[in-house]
Amino acid sequence: MSLIEIKDLHVNVNGEPILRGINLVIKGGEVHAIMGPNGSGKSTLSYVLAGRDGYEITKGSIAFMGQDIAALPPEARAHLGMFLAFQYPIEVAGITNMTLLKTSYDALRKARGEEAMNSAQFLRLVREKAAALQMNDDMLKRQLNVGFSGGEKKRNEILQMVVLEPRFAILDETDSGLDIDALQIVAEGVNAMRSPERAMLVITHYQRLLDFIRPDYVHVLVAGQLVESGDAALALKLEAEGYAAYQNV
Amino acid sequence: MSEINEAKSSISRETVAHVNRFGGEHYQYGFSSDIEADRIPPGLNEEVVRLISAKKDEPQWLLDWRLDAYERWQTMAEPDWAYVDYPPIDYQSLCYYAAPRSMENAPKTMDEVDPELLRVYKKLGIPLAEQEVLAGVRKVAVDVVFDSVSVGTTFREELATHGIIFCSFSEAVREHPALVRKYLGSVVPKSDNYFAAMNSAVFSDGSFVYIPKGVRCPMELSTYFRINEANTGQFERTLVIADKGSYVSYLEGCTAPMRDENQLHAAVVELVALEEAEIKYSTVQNWYPGDENGKGGIYNFVTKRGDCREARAHISWTQVETGSAITWKYPSCILRGDNSTGEFYSIAISNNRQQVDSGTKMLHLGRNTKSKIISKGVSAGHSSNVYRGQVNMHPKAKGARNFTQCDSLLIGDKCAAHTVPYIESKNKSAIIEHEASSSKISEDQLFFCRQRGLDPEEAVSLIVNGFCREVLQELPMEFAVEAQALLSLSLEGSVG
Repeated sequence: MSLIEIKDLHVNVNGEPILRGINLVIKGGEVHAIMGPNGSGKSTLSYVLAGRDGYEITKGSIAFMGQDIAALPPEARAHLGMFLAFQYPIEVAGITNMTLLKTSYDALRKARGEEAMNSAQFLRLVREKAAALQMNDDMLKRQLNVGFSGGEKKRNEILQMVVLEPRFAILDETDSGLDIDALQIVAEGVNAMRSPERAMLVITHYQRLLDFIRPDYVHVLVAGQLVESGDAALALKLEAEGYAAYQNV
Repeated sequence: MSEINEAKSSISRETVAHVNRFGGEHYQYGFSSDIEADRIPPGLNEEVVRLISAKKDEPQWLLDWRLDAYERWQTMAEPDWAYVDYPPIDYQSLCYYAAPRSMENAPKTMDEVDPELLRVYKKLGIPLAEQEVLAGVRKVAVDVVFDSVSVGTTFREELATHGIIFCSFSEAVREHPALVRKYLGSVVPKSDNYFAAMNSAVFSDGSFVYIPKGVRCPMELSTYFRINEANTGQFERTLVIADKGSYVSYLEGCTAPMRDENQLHAAVVELVALEEAEIKYSTVQNWYPGDENGKGGIYNFVTKRGDCREARAHISWTQVETGSAITWKYPSCILRGDNSTGEFYSIAISNNRQQVDSGTKMLHLGRNTKSKIISKGVSAGHSSNVYRGQVNMHPKAKGARNFTQCDSLLIGDKCAAHTVPYIESKNKSAIIEHEASSSKISEDQLFFCRQRGLDPEEAVSLIVNGFCREVLQELPMEFAVEAQALLSLSLEGSVG
C-alpha cells in the first residue's frame, strides 16, 4: 500500500506558482530521493507535505495512508506519523533537548490515546538512541539547538526522528553542514530506521549522501515539476552532468 | 494567513471547551461566594479610619499611626509616571472594610471557622486542614486572608515550637505589640507613596512573621489572598522579620471573582532581614485580569520592599505576575548592611488588555553589596508590559555590583513591551551591568513545535516556559508546577 500519494500537486507561495503538477507515490519500505537545483521547489514540497502555513494548494491532492491530509494542521499530520527533519533546525531557548523530545513524544502518544511514558523509561530509550548517533548526555541537557554547530543541529534532527519513529520522514538537506564522519553516523541512524512499514523522502543537492543512504528511486525536480525519475544511477548521472540539460528544456 | 486563522479557530474551540469546563469562564478562580459580610459604608475619611481601628480593637498608638498616614495621604497625589492608563478612581465610592459576618467572634482554631468559608478555599485548591499537604512533599503553613480579615493560619503550634510567630496582622498587634511597633513602617514609611499612605491609613489585615535568631523555618509559609466582596478594596499589610542568622521562604497567592467593575488592591509588604538572615519571598499573582475587552479586573497597586538591615543579609523576590487589569508593583531591596545581597526574579505576563508596569529598585548603601535582577516580560493580545527598574549606588557603597537582565517576548503584533531602567552610580568602584533583549515567537518556532506534534497552545506554552526558565527555577517546588500551568492559562487565545 502506498504511504504517500501526491497527485497533480500545484502549490503557490505568495501567489507565485512554485510546484506545478507533482505526481509521486511512495510505498512502505521505500526511500525516494529528490534532487534539483536551487529554487526548483524542493523545500516547498517538504513544507507543503508537513502542512506549513503560507503554502497554498491550488490544485491536486496529498494522501497519507489513504487519507486526504491537505486540510490538516501540521500537528495532526505529525500525529499520523509524518516527520520533517528541518533544513535549518530551530533553536528554542530555555527548553532542553530532553524536554522537547519528551513533550513531543508524549504529544504523539496522547494523539494515539496512550498514556505519557514514565520519565526514567523514556530517558533510557533516548540515551540508547542518542548513543547510536554518538551524542552524549551533555547534548541532551543542552538547550534545543542553542549554540550547537551546524553538524550538531542536523544530528539532533535525526535524534528526534529516531526517537519519534515516524511512518514517513522527510529529510530536507540533512547532509548540508555535515562533515564526512558525521554524514556516516547520520546515515547509519537513518538506515537503521528503514523498514517495510516506513518510507522516506530525502531531499538533497548532492549525490554524496546517497552513497550512504541508498535510494530506491531518484527524482529530478526542476521548476516545480519532476522532470525525470530513475534509480540510484540517476543521481550519479546528475552529479556528473548537472541540471543544465533540464533547465534548457 | 491561513495557518493563523486555523490556529485561531482551533484556539477558539479550545477556549469554548475551557469555558464549558469552568461553567462560563476560563478564569477558573472567577466564582464569587455568597458569604454574608459586615461592610462599612463606602468612602475614605477620618471616621472610616477610626471605625476600622475600632473594629479591630486597636491600641491608641496604632490609631494615631493610621490617622497620621491618612492626613499625609490627603496631601499626596496619585502617581502618574507609570505607563498605565485608567479612568480616575473615585476613592470615595469604594468600601474599605468588609469581613465575613461569621468572623465577628474570631474563631480560635481552624475547626471553628465557618464551613462555608472553608469550602471557598477548598474550591480554590488551598489546603487548610493540616493533614492536607500542598502539591509536594513538604508542608506549607497557610494564612488565609478573605476580603479584609485573616480567616485562619495553619501549623501554628508546630511553628511555635521553633519560636516562629506566624499569624494574622491583627493578632500580632494584640499579641506581639513590641515587635509590630518596632518594625511597622520601618521599611515602607507611611508617606512613602500615595498607595502606601492609603494602605497605612486603612489596612485591615495581613500576615505577620517573625523568625527568631538562628532558626531555619522548617516549612514554607504562605498567605493566600482572596477578594470576594463587590466594590471592595483589599488593603493588607505583610510584615516579615528574619532575625540574625535565620531563614524563611514565604509564598503569596492571590485570586478574585470576576466582576465587571474594577477593584482596588493596595497592599504593603515589608521585609526586614537582620545580620546574615535570608528571606525568600515568592508571589504568584493571579488576580482577575478583566475580560478580553478589558472590562473589570483588579487594579493592583502594591508597595513591596525588603531591607537588608545588617551585614550579609539576603533578600530574594520572585514573582510570577499573570493577573490583574493593572499591575503597579516594584518589589525592592535596600542593601544597607555591608556584603548584603538582593535579588529580583520576575515573570510578568500580560494578555488581552492587561497593563503591567513592574520592576524593582536596588538601593546599594553598604559596601560590597550585590544585586541581581532577572526580568522576563511576555506580552500578548493588546496588552502593555513595562519593566521599570532602578539601580542606585550610594557614595559609600564601595565595591557594589549589580547585574540586570531584562528580556521581553512578544506574541502577536498588537502588544507592547518597554524597558525603562534608571541607573545611578555615585561611586567609581561600583560595577553595573544591564542586558536587555526583546524577541518575538517566530513562525518557524511555532511550525517546528507543531511539526513535532504540539498544538498551537502547547507550542506557545513550551516556548514561553523556555523563555521564563531562569525565573521558574527560582520558585519553590510547590509553586513551580502551578506557575507553569498558569503561564499557559494566561496566554490562552494569544496565538495569532
